[in-house]
Amino acid sequence: MDANRKKQLKILACKVRMGAVEGVYNAKSGHPGGSLSIADIMTYLYFEEMRIDPKNPKWEDRDRLVLSKGHTAPALYAAMAYRGYFPVEDLKTLRKSDSRLQGHPSMKYLDGVDMSTGSLGQGISAAVGMALGAKLSGKDFRVYAPLGDGEIQEGQVWEAAMFAGNKKLDNLVAIVDNNNLQIDGTVEEVNSPYPIKDKFEAFGWNVIEICGHCFEQIDAAFRLAKTTKGKPTAIIAKTVKGKGVSFMENQCSWHGSAPNTEQYEQAMAELNAALAELEA
Amino acid sequence: MADVIKCATRDAYGRALVELGNTNDKVIVMDADLAAATKTGMFKKAHPEKFIDCGIAEANMMGVAAGLSTTGYTVFASSFAMFAAGRAFEQVRNTIGYPHLNVKIGATHAGISVGEDGASHQCCEDIALMRTIPGMVIVNPADDVEAYNAVLAAAEYVGPMYMRFGRLAVPRVNDEKTYKFELGKGVLLRDGKDVTIVATGLMVSEALTAADELAKDGIDARVINIHTIKPIDEEILVKAAEETGAVVTAEEHNIIGGLGGAVCEVLSEKAPVPVIRVGVEDTFGRSGPAVELLHLYGLDAAHIVEKAKKAVSLKK
Repeated sequence: MDANRKKQLKILACKVRMGAVEGVYNAKSGHPGGSLSIADIMTYLYFEEMRIDPKNPKWEDRDRLVLSKGHTAPALYAAMAYRGYFPVEDLKTLRKSDSRLQGHPSMKYLDGVDMSTGSLGQGISAAVGMALGAKLSGKDFRVYAPLGDGEIQEGQVWEAAMFAGNKKLDNLVAIVDNNNLQIDGTVEEVNSPYPIKDKFEAFGWNVIEICGHCFEQIDAAFRLAKTTKGKPTAIIAKTVKGKGVSFMENQCSWHGSAPNTEQYEQAMAELNAALAELEA
Repeated sequence: MADVIKCATRDAYGRALVELGNTNDKVIVMDADLAAATKTGMFKKAHPEKFIDCGIAEANMMGVAAGLSTTGYTVFASSFAMFAAGRAFEQVRNTIGYPHLNVKIGATHAGISVGEDGASHQCCEDIALMRTIPGMVIVNPADDVEAYNAVLAAAEYVGPMYMRFGRLAVPRVNDEKTYKFELGKGVLLRDGKDVTIVATGLMVSEALTAADELAKDGIDARVINIHTIKPIDEEILVKAAEETGAVVTAEEHNIIGGLGGAVCEVLSEKAPVPVIRVGVEDTFGRSGPAVELLHLYGLDAAHIVEKAKKAVSLKK
């Protein structure tokens, strides 16, 4: 990845973070912590990796994204808005009763959402079904499914992992947003999912461990996934919950709470400063 | 008297799937390690390339079915009712029902006629569970003829559907040559003016027997088969209530939340008349031969007769 492209992606990721914070602030509820931790990966997926057309969101040969960690919809919506699926201004309508932007993604409300998610552990199965559908119909689209590291405590994730491994779905990439925090504490304190790598490998997956905020590593991982045949890929992305907003970083409390006006202004000031630095 | 043909509705499910595999290249059948019992094994044999076994993982199967359906397939996801509607309820609710996807849930071994396996496998709650999911269509065929035609019709309908089949061979009540399945339409099997028996599934043949018995006592019973429990045919129910003044419902399901509940919901608002529900009376089943259990739990013509007489006595 060249330096210029990397810089562009960093700028976009900064905007995606601002969009996510904007949404949660206006909604007065939502999940900023995990939205900020997955923001770089969502940016990469929507601006670099996926074969998509925002003007034709139901294009049958498009790559699919299933946000299995559906509570981080603010990051999904921000990436979609900046990619051109709908006006960026609409991000302020998140969670409002007349909005297409449901608290958790809904394909019934918003074109471009490939699967309704929110109940943890279920999205990955649907993503597996899509990847299987591509194989059965001889299509070459790929399927991407971001998962939370707390989410993988759900048994269904491993039912899906076993099945995808056995079916050799090399058109499927699961991304574990490994920010190490869930609502009740660190993932180790609550119910440790570690070692995550060994678990996916045991189910026949190709596993790549990366820094989830480093675009060279993200880029290398998705390229490797694309050239890996006969196995689905799990990218375990080490991330920081709340990444990019100093007071939200590594705090469980920012999993599911909205900033007040003062906090919102500080968050936006920090992100604006980062953006200005990148654009300088 | 000619011999009555007996056949399990699950057999018809398997046969109809094979036929769909011959005529519809978008049909995929999934199972969770029960292909021999659910009869999807017939499809597996005929169309192995369109059959997917998910193993003993029903929650994942429902999600995979949902994902597959978004890529253009009509997916029949099969298991026992207990696991399809029970274990995987939330997957069905959130990943199939909420996005209104084109997945047909083929649930066999419903009700206590599962028999010897006992209460852990005798699902008498599935209709209630599925009925609460917005947009879910529920079909509970009376015999193999109806089941076969319902499955063919399911492939033409776009949207989520729960199809309920039994393990036990049950008497055929429909004529194979003339039968036509109409989704959402109740079927008037016998006209009558004193009381209406509204039945579903294997209780339809018991209802017809009950009507014969009631006739001997001078009670003229109407019999309606409700194969589509949701959306329910309100028109045929309201008309029956208005014309006969009393209703008995009959189902192999808990009397809470199933056909009886659905009929009461309609009639209490649109044509209030006495309604008595015949079904499993809010209890768990037990092991035993299926036919014995049906009698033990009051799922037979004799019990319908008793309740019909009571319903008539309650008429104003």
